[in-house]
Amino acid sequence: MSTASQKMTTSSSVLEFKSSTFFSPILILYSNDLAAIEQSLQDKINRAPDFFRNSPLIIDLRELNKSGLDISVIEVTGMLRKIGMFPIGVRGGNEQQNKQAHKLSIPVDAGRENDSVIAASITASRKESGARALEQRFAEQSESSNPSSPSAGHVEPVSTLAEPIRSMLITQPVRSGQRIYARGDLIVMSQVSAGAEIMAEGNIHVYNTLRGRALAGVQGNTAARIFCMDLQAELISISGDYKTSEHLTEQTQKKPVQVYLQDHALIIKEIA
Amino acid sequence: MARIIVVTSGKGGVGKTTTSAAIAMGLAKRGHKTAVIDFDVGLRNLDLIMGCERRVVYDFVNVINGEASLNQALIRDKNCNLLYILPASQTRDKDALTLEGVGRILEELSKDFQYIVCDSPAGIEKGAYLALYYADDAFVVTNPEVSSVRDSDRMLGILASKSRRAERNEEPVKEYLLLTRYDPSRVKSGEMLGLDDVQDILSLQLLGIIPESKSVLTASNSGIPVILDEKSEAGQAYEDVVARYLGEDRPHRFIEDKKGFFRKLFGGKS
Repeated sequence: MSTASQKMTTSSSVLEFKSSTFFSPILILYSNDLAAIEQSLQDKINRAPDFFRNSPLIIDLRELNKSGLDISVIEVTGMLRKIGMFPIGVRGGNEQQNKQAHKLSIPVDAGRENDSVIAASITASRKESGARALEQRFAEQSESSNPSSPSAGHVEPVSTLAEPIRSMLITQPVRSGQRIYARGDLIVMSQVSAGAEIMAEGNIHVYNTLRGRALAGVQGNTAARIFCMDLQAELISISGDYKTSEHLTEQTQKKPVQVYLQDHALIIKEIA
Repeated sequence: MARIIVVTSGKGGVGKTTTSAAIAMGLAKRGHKTAVIDFDVGLRNLDLIMGCERRVVYDFVNVINGEASLNQALIRDKNCNLLYILPASQTRDKDALTLEGVGRILEELSKDFQYIVCDSPAGIEKGAYLALYYADDAFVVTNPEVSSVRDSDRMLGILASKSRRAERNEEPVKEYLLLTRYDPSRVKSGEMLGLDDVQDILSLQLLGIIPESKSVLTASNSGIPVILDEKSEAGQAYEDVVARYLGEDRPHRFIEDKKGFFRKLFGGKS
């Protein structure tokens, strides 16, 4: 008996608390029509089954409550679980909804406001198989940024689950008439010809001349940017706001620039 | 196994058939058994340029449909016994060609020939697609003019995405640029795009510049591939193209401003 308790106290403990962050998609609901939500989600899942399978999810009810629409967290959770997603938090809910979440053992108000931007860009750019992989990735990241952390061992067993962030890399020229769509960031090492079209839900990087059309943040990510070495594009767009070549000056040519959105205006700025 | 070359451009009238005839002849003259196929079904031209139009009995479509054997349809060139021409049908249209049929013929030819040159029709429709589908190498024929360059760019995109090599995820089709009807004096006066302007957009390995030359028209009309006209600049230029394609290192000619050109081509990274 005494030896056992001794072991308990002297050897490494059976658990350890660590602080770590990980990203998760946030499902922002704009409608309380459960059937419509399910249909829309199912469409998205069909397009990218790997992305959504067993995906952890935070339900964001703020927009819904702003518009005075009510929805039952129990019903939403049931529907999400039915289609293979794991709700792990609720935020922006009213008192009633928070109570429902508690009943389902789902934490309330998970994720702070400033996370949402990162989360939005992350949802588009990663393909995940589960919360564990996510957590493990960010554990790794926080470790690499803090090399003195001694616990490299504990991430090893799940390392096979981790997949690289899903950005698309194109090394060949994008020729006239070709179209490229990236779910995350798009990186093009070669030129993009006039008459070609490149689109990304995230950022677009072109390490050469951009002559075609480039559309970043096509699913509404207003924080997306376009970077290129020589901007001679026919059209540039971020989250639907666009400029055509008519409105691009020659000053943007032959030097690295970035394009970003500010108050619905595209700002083109030289990268110093 | 034969090497399959497609001569393509997207745009019409830039010199695809002239180029096909010239390089097929050039390869054969260097001792490589070569077949040249006219894919322009319905607008048969290659046999005229090769001067064998009066000897056409069976054509490409007959062979695809099993109405004639390949040997019956192939016409041996009168100037070079290692060169054979498979003419297009004049009475049919491009729908007579099938992917499977073209594949079968190319496979059969591959057993016996070292090079197969496919003369593509203009456009990006079925005929052009079938001509490039099985290619190992692509000669992209471009005139120094914006619409031709744009069309070539489009063609390169199709080569990179629709060819068999692309579909099978094999090593991509090797793409070469042939700049035809080049007139250095007009380039200098700004009426024509220069080589560097074209390369700015296409950035391809340059196989050769064929200068605008009266000898091309004369050769076409007399049915003798221009490469056999060794005195003409165009003939010499095609001779260089074949040599470069086969791995010889020859300096580029027929560009007036040679110094500027070489600095642009070989100096520094663009």
